[in-house]
Amino acid sequence: MKTSRFLAVLLTIGFVLGCTKKGDQTTEGGKPAGSSIVIGEVGSFTGDTATFGISTHQGIELATNELNKAGGLLGKIVEIVKYDNQGKEEEAATATNRLINQHKVAAILGEVASRRSKAMAPIAQSNKVPMVSPSSTNPEVTAIGDYIFRVCFIDPFQGAVMARFAFENLKAKKVAILRDVGQDYSVGLADAFTETYKKVGGEIVSDQSYTEKDVDFKAQLTAIRGLNPEAIFVPGYYTQVGLIARQARELGIKAPLLGGDGWDSPKLFEIGGKAVEGSYLSNHYSPDDKSELVQNFIKRYKEAYGQIPDGLAAQGYDAAMVLFDAIKRAGSTDAKALRDALAATKEYPGVTGKITIDDKRNASKPAVVLKVENGGFSYVTSISP
Amino acid sequence: MGSATLKGLVPWLVALLTMAATHFLIVPILPSTLSEILVFAGINIVLAVSLNLVNGFTGQFSIGHAGFMAVGAYAAAWATLALRNAGIDLSDGTFIAQVILVGALVFGGLLSGVVGFLVGLPSLRLKGDYLAIVTLGFGEIIRVSLLNLDFLGGARGLSGIPRITSFLLVYLCVVVTVFVIWRLIRSNHGRALLAVREDEVAAESMGVNTTQAKVRAFAIGAFFAGIAGGLYGHYLTILSPAAFDFNRSFEIVIMVVLGGMGSLSGSVVAAVLLTLLREYLRDLAEYTQVDLRMIIYSLILIGLMLLRPNGLLGTRELKDFWRRRPTGKSA
Amino acid sequence: MIDFFQHVINGLSLGSIYALIALGYTMVYGVLRLINFAHSEVYMMGAFIGYYTSRMFQLDQNPSFMNLLLVMIVAMAGCAVIGFVIERFAYRPLRGASGINALITAVGVSLFLQFSGQLGFGADPKFYPQIYQPAGEWSVGGLQVNPLQMIVAVIAVVLMLLLQYIIFGTRLGRAMRAVSFSRDTARLMGIPTDLVISATFMIGSALAGAAGVLVGLIYPKIDPLMGVMPGLKAFVAAVVGGIGNVVGAVIGALLLGLSEEFVVAFGRSTFRDALAFGLLILILLFRPQGLMGQNLREKV
Repeated sequence: MKTSRFLAVLLTIGFVLGCTKKGDQTTEGGKPAGSSIVIGEVGSFTGDTATFGISTHQGIELATNELNKAGGLLGKIVEIVKYDNQGKEEEAATATNRLINQHKVAAILGEVASRRSKAMAPIAQSNKVPMVSPSSTNPEVTAIGDYIFRVCFIDPFQGAVMARFAFENLKAKKVAILRDVGQDYSVGLADAFTETYKKVGGEIVSDQSYTEKDVDFKAQLTAIRGLNPEAIFVPGYYTQVGLIARQARELGIKAPLLGGDGWDSPKLFEIGGKAVEGSYLSNHYSPDDKSELVQNFIKRYKEAYGQIPDGLAAQGYDAAMVLFDAIKRAGSTDAKALRDALAATKEYPGVTGKITIDDKRNASKPAVVLKVENGGFSYVTSISP
Repeated sequence: MGSATLKGLVPWLVALLTMAATHFLIVPILPSTLSEILVFAGINIVLAVSLNLVNGFTGQFSIGHAGFMAVGAYAAAWATLALRNAGIDLSDGTFIAQVILVGALVFGGLLSGVVGFLVGLPSLRLKGDYLAIVTLGFGEIIRVSLLNLDFLGGARGLSGIPRITSFLLVYLCVVVTVFVIWRLIRSNHGRALLAVREDEVAAESMGVNTTQAKVRAFAIGAFFAGIAGGLYGHYLTILSPAAFDFNRSFEIVIMVVLGGMGSLSGSVVAAVLLTLLREYLRDLAEYTQVDLRMIIYSLILIGLMLLRPNGLLGTRELKDFWRRRPTGKSA
Repeated sequence: MIDFFQHVINGLSLGSIYALIALGYTMVYGVLRLINFAHSEVYMMGAFIGYYTSRMFQLDQNPSFMNLLLVMIVAMAGCAVIGFVIERFAYRPLRGASGINALITAVGVSLFLQFSGQLGFGADPKFYPQIYQPAGEWSVGGLQVNPLQMIVAVIAVVLMLLLQYIIFGTRLGRAMRAVSFSRDTARLMGIPTDLVISATFMIGSALAGAAGVLVGLIYPKIDPLMGVMPGLKAFVAAVVGGIGNVVGAVIGALLLGLSEEFVVAFGRSTFRDALAFGLLILILLFRPQGLMGQNLREKV
């Protein structure tokens, strides 16, 4: 019977594949013990927020290469194993599991988006593998357990920064919000903004929303236009913000747009063009920072990748460096010792500022406010916690 | 009733014993990557088999299964989270946690079944591609509603769900699902479903209440999809509406089509194969830097339709191949 | 009050985009009784063909209406070829098989184009070059109209009339109607049905190509998954208007555009996507032939 033969062949293939799989694992499980320290990375290298993953990875890669060139860590070289999660939390969780069980990583770097970090953290925590997120700003991420760290500030702070900036620096008394309800990052930031802005005495005239795949925002913007806000807070990701800015200008809205670190991508200028000029965003660092540390980093990054590092690349670099520093101080990759060393990180001179890990395993450091000008970001002010 | 029925139960009992043995003897020494693959395979089996009841056995083409999965996942997770907040210890591996999870799964499944019933009642008046689009639409409406329900976390979804889905429980659900659907299609109700698939008008004229039969199949399918969702949520510990978009529905449809619409064992085989495929492609993606999974899935779909439109097994079951000559009917 | 009229204008311009896509859906369905799921991906391919053509010839250096026309023609031709290939190799072998099989194939083709698009073009969104920028903005007493969107609306209506003419005024159209009525009888009458179906697909796909270019210009962010939602909504619009009916598709699309606009403006914008499907379900339940469609009896 033709069918049954076909089926038999298929099952055999499945079985053989199943066996090779196990073979892979034993060899890979056996390998890393001696020569290198293996660190896992999970990021979105494809999908909607691809530039986040790519930028972060370049930062991490730069840090690793520099470290290995300088002799590595504890006499071993550092090896990064990375997995793409395509911007999906399920993939992020699976990848984390693989990194821990198959590659036996000493620690994990990732993710940028809070939603995906939240899928990874419980797995890292239950396996007691330290995880450092470069730029997940949602507060819940590090609350998942004592092995979860981050080297960036958190949303309540970022939202408060923009609220204070809008009220004090821009003297805006009436602000509208346009949030992406499909992203908890955006929702968290919008909530934090609202809270602080009301506290300092401002008025939120309208709170509109959209979802990820939308391309037409005119209905929301028309509703906002009727209320004449002095600024519009759009805490979304760069892909939508460009379009939102364009359509806002088309409708004749002159008020500046405000946003967060989700805007930080070269694509913002491409898509937004002239329309995003004059907008403000909060970010982790500014390439305009004249300090030698930052300028040196920018120079080396440019040599390696031919572009100016964005905030996420800088965060990736810092996350890797803080982790390496902790391994050095711990003197081993023993999970408990490494965790304690990470928790004891104090005043580490990162390119995004001095990093001190607080008792909630968050980094407390100032945020910068940038203005979009002439197709780039220019530094406006720093706001400390 | 009698010895024939009892004899029919033997394979199921064997399956249960094997699972229990696997759980206690083999799973502890498995690398957890592998047991993770097995858990996802099990969840996919439940999804594929339950969708096959609707798409394969009843002949009503639904592409909104992810919506029912979402209902079950959220309901079950909401229940366990509520219990944990009430102070019940739900740490991993305790017996009480498993019992509570079973309760939560049933709760999620029932709610999902009710939603399935409500969705099925109006939409099953439609046929073919219209029905397909409407089920897709309902799936999306469920997802969008979840985005708007603040007590379920809205866009943020639910996080911190206790990770209490165990290997044993997953395969218990697999066996129960396959068993129930197997028995169902061999019952009078099942015959009615098959009749609807073959010729609705003829079935109607033979006295089958076709609407009732279809809606019942739909609700039962939704019930098991809800169970699968509950297992999924308590394994991944985080749920968000984005995880239940129509790509997930398509994945389940592909499993059913690949295995053969109308073959339970086909669905099981296809679900396992596609789950494994995904893992191998992940390894491959390290070199290609792109995920080929969906491309391969889509080529499987097109290729199957052109070359082997009935899927791997058609409407037959694996055991039909083990007998040398299928007794009675010729294939 | 100004806001109300602005919403109406926004809604109509959104609707005219759905209309462009819906025309292709409705044509193919009218002739073949097949929901061409891949239509929304052909639309996406149109946008990308336009993108690469504009980039290759650097048409954004000196934007002009001629550039737009040129890119549109290239995209339409490219999409016609894609439509032909899809029909020839994916749908034709299934002619006569059950509707479900054709539907599954259509879903397969659609997924294939989406994800091989991610492979070929990259998954991250691309910025669409501004190959045509009409001078200034039209504003009437606070009402803002994007001239581009006016052009889209005009093009949608022109194409609709053109299609009406093709279907009711040409030999090809008569053949299409014959094939639509009964494929077998048409073949017996000496109509080359395969050729007619190919032609239908190519025309429908060319329309999608034009839509892709125009949408790329208005919402200059394109990615391989961009077709999914607009495609589904255009399908809804076609069903609402009465699938198979060209005028109905345009009316359905404008209606959908308007209702989406008002749901977002006065309700919660997250229900926007649910609205289209809700509308679809209501229409299918209470008036399955659509607003403009004729009542088709169910064949046994």
